[in-house]
Amino acid sequence: MEHYIMNLTLKVWKQKNPASNGKFETYQVKNISSEMSLLEMFDVLNEQLISEGNDPIAFDHDCREGICGACSMYVNGRPHGPWHGTTTCQLHMRAFKDGDTIVVEPWRANAFPVIKDLVVDRTAFDRIIQAGGYISVNTGNAVDGNTIPIEKEKADKAFAAAACIGCGACVAACKNSSALLFVAAKVSHLALLPQGDPERRTRVLSMVAQMDKEGFGSCTFTQACEAVCPKEISVTNISRLNAEYIAGGLGSDKDYGHQ
Amino acid sequence: MLDSKIPAGPLEKKWTDYKGHCKLVNPANKRKLEIIVVGTGLAGASAAAALAEQGYKVKAFCFQDSPRRAHSIAAQGGINAAKNYQNDGDSVFRLFYDTIKGGDYRAREGNVHRLAEVSANIIDQCVAQGVPFAREYGGLLNNRSFGGTQVKRTFYAAGQTGQQLLIGAYQALERQVALGNVTMYSRHEMLDVVIVDGKARGIIARDLISGKLERYFGHAVLLCSGGYGNVFYLSTNAMGSNVTAAWKAHKRGAYFANPCFTQIHPTCIPVTGDHQSKLTLMSESLRNDGRIWVPKKKDETRRPNEIPEEERDYYLERRYPAFGNLVPRDVASRAAKERCDAGDGVGTTKQAVYLDFRHNLINKYGRTEASKQGIVEPDETTLVALGKEVVKEEYGNLFDMYEKITGENPYEIPMRIYPAVHYTMGGLWVDYELMTNIPGLYSLGEANFSDHGANRLGASALMQGLADGYFVLPYTIGNYLSDEIATKPIPTTHEAFTTTENAVNERINKLMGIRGKQSVESFHKRLGKIMWERCGMARNAQGLEQAIREIRDLKDEFWRDVRIPGSIDELNAELDKAGRVADFIELGELMCIDALHRKESCGGHFREEHQTPEGEALRRDDEFMYVAAWALKGEHDWELNKEELKYELVKPSQRSYK
Ligand code: SF4
Ligand code: FES
Repeated sequence: MEHYIMNLTLKVWKQKNPASNGKFETYQVKNISSEMSLLEMFDVLNEQLISEGNDPIAFDHDCREGICGACSMYVNGRPHGPWHGTTTCQLHMRAFKDGDTIVVEPWRANAFPVIKDLVVDRTAFDRIIQAGGYISVNTGNAVDGNTIPIEKEKADKAFAAAACIGCGACVAACKNSSALLFVAAKVSHLALLPQGDPERRTRVLSMVAQMDKEGFGSCTFTQACEAVCPKEISVTNISRLNAEYIAGGLGSDKDYGHQ
Repeated sequence: MLDSKIPAGPLEKKWTDYKGHCKLVNPANKRKLEIIVVGTGLAGASAAAALAEQGYKVKAFCFQDSPRRAHSIAAQGGINAAKNYQNDGDSVFRLFYDTIKGGDYRAREGNVHRLAEVSANIIDQCVAQGVPFAREYGGLLNNRSFGGTQVKRTFYAAGQTGQQLLIGAYQALERQVALGNVTMYSRHEMLDVVIVDGKARGIIARDLISGKLERYFGHAVLLCSGGYGNVFYLSTNAMGSNVTAAWKAHKRGAYFANPCFTQIHPTCIPVTGDHQSKLTLMSESLRNDGRIWVPKKKDETRRPNEIPEEERDYYLERRYPAFGNLVPRDVASRAAKERCDAGDGVGTTKQAVYLDFRHNLINKYGRTEASKQGIVEPDETTLVALGKEVVKEEYGNLFDMYEKITGENPYEIPMRIYPAVHYTMGGLWVDYELMTNIPGLYSLGEANFSDHGANRLGASALMQGLADGYFVLPYTIGNYLSDEIATKPIPTTHEAFTTTENAVNERINKLMGIRGKQSVESFHKRLGKIMWERCGMARNAQGLEQAIREIRDLKDEFWRDVRIPGSIDELNAELDKAGRVADFIELGELMCIDALHRKESCGGHFREEHQTPEGEALRRDDEFMYVAAWALKGEHDWELNKEELKYELVKPSQRSYK
């Protein structure tokens, strides 16, 4: 892979705290290698700011390998930036060229208030999980793992849904700030497995109710969420959630089948 | 000599006997007892959930914005369990034996046997929680093999096993939050342990958003805060992973054991330049299917795929025919370093070797698929295409990750890999009950030192974290808390809370008051360089002595000249980092002291002065068959305590993987 060096202009959202009004600040960065990740470019910028006696830019990040879900930048009008199926931390600078201007904002949604600069509060997601995103099994109760055979296809689908990293990009991309893809991923993961069956009906109802309570918008199925999801969680999960929701709401005893 | 309180009796009965005789706390009393859990990775989340299920009142803390983001999430390859589902001769004894041998005979037999015993329960528990492990077409659980073993006992979920296990534990934890049994404090960092009458009774934590210091009481405190690999600056750890919680406990009197036992993982994406902030692992499971090699010719300029078979040196297969590419991590890392030091490395920096999947893409997966699909005499292109599909399913996300970082497609071009710091076997000294030498203060998971000796086998970290949290501590803590049922919650206005908080406050103010010129990051980088060069894959007395001097100077300079922008009463990542780096600097010194004192090579600790003529690690059991547990006496001053290691069942011998 050929490497190159670039100079860039950055427009970054700065906001001191939840109460204050934020605004864009413009910065110049020089000698950025195409081998860096976007966050490493931010490291360079922050070091520069610190050495000039200024405040660095606050942003969430931890694993820097696309799995913890902490990083959350809205880059050039798109959550996690231009690359498909990629978190902010895995976005590398070869996505840009010399002279580019990069605009970076936080996730914007009422349910994700800004804490500082690019850092937002996503604890609403934890509360949605608390509402039912689990299987009620206490430690020590389990039978031998192989007494529950699971069709490979179903297990694979459950795994694909369980790959959600809880980053919130789906919410940031949605014009209604709906969290339905996130909720659907969890509902699907557990509904597809026989272990999740006993709580299927109540789980979907309470998770959706909690989502509404947190102030996320409703889903009009524009599928913007799927397009930006770094883990490529499919909107078919939303269809599955809808079916689960209807069946759950009906309180029907009819077996509505695993999809 | 330290007493590890290993129960008497034959090894395979110890844990059963212990469980049968340890003291219990009745359900009504459990509700009166409060437990603090610091860290919500596999060990912390599983312990918090399991204890809350039993009825204890739990307060859990993590510095991330959600417990689901703890660094266990990044573990890729898998989790071991002695299920013997593959009918290939696995058993509790074999898992126990492999772990002891893999740890180069520096782990406790009693702990490791217990770990092997509970391993199977972990898989069952996780399946019940809905963890989507990989399955066979028949619907049963699938396994893969890992380094240092000859059986297939590793359960996995593509290359995201840690994520799936952690989400399982996280969901169990959130369920307990919903039930009101756990109070969760995210974006909180523990900055000290509060000790009352010699017992751990609480913590001082800092709310990372408001910057306020807060006091929390607990009848017991559990530190599940992970490892200290970031002392090297560059490691596969998450950016926030730190030693602070464990180090604060150490400063309050807890022993720190075997700090020099660090694991350098053989298969990571190589460093590209000074801007690098972290390193990314490529799961060890890839060594199942990838062959490691370097060109035989010096200064080779051809592209890897153009180099014919006979001009490649598959050095692991050559040196270790019995285990080949599946030797333990320490052995594989050293062998890679040896080749690169000899000038055979590849890539622009020459600090890399190839990990090549082509052979198995074609022969193992391609041919099986072709035969399944009834394709007769497939050509190479067909085989590669077929093989790709299978590999995608096994490791897809890892291959994608590699391509995102390097811009190269590993299905076509061999990966370039190099060893990187990954795991720390050392940690807080704990006894059989996972209690440190401070009563009521426990340590679980990577934060303790207990089960992996001088080298951890692949897929054993997840196993240990969950074993400690789900199945060990919930029993052992009862043995302590049963004597505490009469202890009323101590009000946080107690003098011990006040003085501890004042000390924390003073340190923060001191840090902010320095107003020097150099950034926290620059100090961290310099520390990392010293550690990697002098206390990394190979160590010697002279280098370690020099490192100790350099670290002491670095410490002085840090406290004189660090620049922390912003203020205390706001979200201030630089301040958080400064506190952690200050602790890393002190730890770095102790690691070098420990490495210097251990005049032998074992596992991840390789002293150049002590090697066999073939360049293998040379242990000195007569002198060093002990755990080195260090007590802090003053600045730059530690006292060595020893815990003798007794082997009843396994006879220590020179490890051989030939
Ligand atoms: S569904 Fe995708 S975008 Fe939404 S939280 Fe999960 S991983 Fe992020
Ligand atoms: S920092 Fe963990 S996913 Fe980006």
